[in-house]
Amino acid sequence: MSTETAIPIDAIEEWRLPDKGKLGMICLIIAESAIFSIFVVAYVFYMGKSLSGPTPAQVLRLPIFATVCLLSSSLTVHFAVTTLEKGKTGLSTLWLAATVLLGGIFLTNTGLEWHELIYHDGLTIRTNLFGTTFYSLVGLHASHVLVGLVMLCVALAFGITGKLESHHAHRLDALSYYWHFVDAVWVIVFTVVYVLGR
Amino acid sequence: MTPTAIAHAEQPAPPATKKLWLEIAHDWITTVDHKRIGIMYIVYALIFLVIAGCEALLMRIQLAVPNNHFLSPEVFNRMFTMHGTTMVFFVGMPILFGFGNYLVPLMIGARDMAFPRLNAFSFWISAFGGLLLYYSFIGGDGLYGMGTAPDVGWFAYAPLTAKLFSPGHNTDYWILGIFLSGIGSVGTALNLVVTTISMRCKGMTMSRLPLLAWLYLVTSGMVFIALGPLTAAQLMLLLDRFLGSHFFDVQAGGSAVLWMHFFWIFGHPEVYILVLPAFGFANEIIPVFSRKAIFGYPAMVAATVGIGFISLGVWAHHMFTVGMGPAGNTFFALSTMLVAVPTGIKIFNWLATIWGGKIHFATPMMFSAAFLFQFLIAGLTGVMLAVAPFDWQLGNSYFVVAHFHYVLVGAILVMIFAAFYYWYPKMTGRMLSETLGKWHFWLFFIGFHLTFDFMHVPGLLGMPRRIYTYEADRGWGGWNMIVSIGAIFQVAGILCFVWNMIRSYRKGEIAGPDPWDAWTLEWTTSSPPPAYNYAEEPVVHSRRPLWDIKHPNDPDSDYE
Repeated sequence: MSTETAIPIDAIEEWRLPDKGKLGMICLIIAESAIFSIFVVAYVFYMGKSLSGPTPAQVLRLPIFATVCLLSSSLTVHFAVTTLEKGKTGLSTLWLAATVLLGGIFLTNTGLEWHELIYHDGLTIRTNLFGTTFYSLVGLHASHVLVGLVMLCVALAFGITGKLESHHAHRLDALSYYWHFVDAVWVIVFTVVYVLGR
Repeated sequence: MTPTAIAHAEQPAPPATKKLWLEIAHDWITTVDHKRIGIMYIVYALIFLVIAGCEALLMRIQLAVPNNHFLSPEVFNRMFTMHGTTMVFFVGMPILFGFGNYLVPLMIGARDMAFPRLNAFSFWISAFGGLLLYYSFIGGDGLYGMGTAPDVGWFAYAPLTAKLFSPGHNTDYWILGIFLSGIGSVGTALNLVVTTISMRCKGMTMSRLPLLAWLYLVTSGMVFIALGPLTAAQLMLLLDRFLGSHFFDVQAGGSAVLWMHFFWIFGHPEVYILVLPAFGFANEIIPVFSRKAIFGYPAMVAATVGIGFISLGVWAHHMFTVGMGPAGNTFFALSTMLVAVPTGIKIFNWLATIWGGKIHFATPMMFSAAFLFQFLIAGLTGVMLAVAPFDWQLGNSYFVVAHFHYVLVGAILVMIFAAFYYWYPKMTGRMLSETLGKWHFWLFFIGFHLTFDFMHVPGLLGMPRRIYTYEADRGWGGWNMIVSIGAIFQVAGILCFVWNMIRSYRKGEIAGPDPWDAWTLEWTTSSPPPAYNYAEEPVVHSRRPLWDIKHPNDPDSDYE
């Protein structure tokens, strides 16, 4: 009897299920990817179909510095998670601050770029199809960066007030998934808008 | 929960502490219990079912005889737009999410959904979306005093939705109402996926998951992929209407066909999002009333996943008449026909489950039998319409309307009725009346076939959809009269159903925990289940845990 029941009980005691927060974030990312892919498709579909100027080649400049900042912020948020897992909360808070700073630089850069495009080049969302698709796609991405920054700032605030502990690491990890996603989307947006579309 | 709290919860509330209605309302509004949210979803959907049903009746009165002036053309446009939009977004989705919310945690032995507060948020944002859509009857006038309810059709083709052609705010209400309900749908779908994967009780491996939970898992996955495109397209339309962008503005080089693609990338998977839970109900009900385990469990799961994948690549069969060229037409005709393979597997599995079983024709099983045969016919007309040249002839005719109502009413709504008869005892603790149930079944069955069998004919005779009236010499009058008469039978059936639910809530036979001698976990707990579902977390060893408990000498786990 004991040998018969021993096997299933052992199997049951190892009953492990995936983390809810991370899985939920992955689901959200799938849904968000669907939204982004439609905007990317619209951008590609309308590439070069504007009836009037300005064209991307005339007004767009490669945002190399902002891109480097955003992509390296993926690395810093990763370090924030791994250091928190090891219980180094102070270091983790520092990495979080670096992430917020890098994300902030990216967003500021987008703001300056838009200011230049609107006031200097006269390109608005109403000007032509390029304006329509450019502002909506880049704007959708920027709004996601903004949401990510708000959440990172909340985590940072917890870190500064000393409420961030190592058992919160799996939550910060879920947040980092979102941030990596925002970065990955930027790689696509950068390629489509600034490389292929120019 | 502490033992004393459990004991307290199990005691019936003494009459002296009878709650005020305000307290009851407060309990329901602030609840995060998946069972209560599920019931709220269902009740909310039933209210919209009645509203959208009335809209359908108004249209049937208008079309019953030629040259009728019961409704004006403008009102007729609003009626078919609101009927379609309401039925898909505010009846179909919420009622299925309601059952999912209620059943999935119970079936997998969990105490609640993974994110209870997100669950409540999703419900309330969806409910608000529905109210916003219907507020358009009052607020749709906008500053221009033009238009009331949306009148652009449920797929809202561009450029009709442009500010120029749809002034006022009616189209904006259509966009925002559906946009909000979409947020709620993604939230609930996310919750269902995480619940199914991360909240299973011990021993509930993925290969032991009840098929209903599997079907909801696949449906939820499709919600992520399908609702995104709709949300994105609606954002674009909103930008077009408010900020003057040019996504669907043909004058500035925009494309109206792009909207069609975006809409149907959502629109076709949506049909499968609605039908998969109905399959899930059939997967649970048919075995119990055939007294056999489901035939071909792995094949069922594989077919479901297959349907999910194929359905993402068939959207342009709604657009054969647009002129996509031979390559596009061929691809989408073939991919559409391919759907018939996994659905065929499912039908054969259900038949094989019934085959040789000890069939017990209670009301849920009667509805399931009707479902099997009606879904088959709906699938056959679907394959006919997948043939592009046939579709050129009959696209946008009443044949198409008859086809998709055969799916939505003949398969989905009928299985929802079956689910009500099957799970109402679990939700309320009382049985629905079998006599009234049989009346409901036969009246609705006759009404359904009068309406939707005969609706194919005016379509074949060339009657286009969305016309508000027609000339007498077209020869469509008699057929339309039969269709409208069928609607009366359907209404009579639905009235039996509504009366049955109200009456049985007070006077129905006490159900007990397991009235159908069923095999899944939800029947192990009391009816209605306590707030915490299971006092002890269940442990399962097979796909039919309750069979194992009832037959300790011959458990399923020996054979799986």
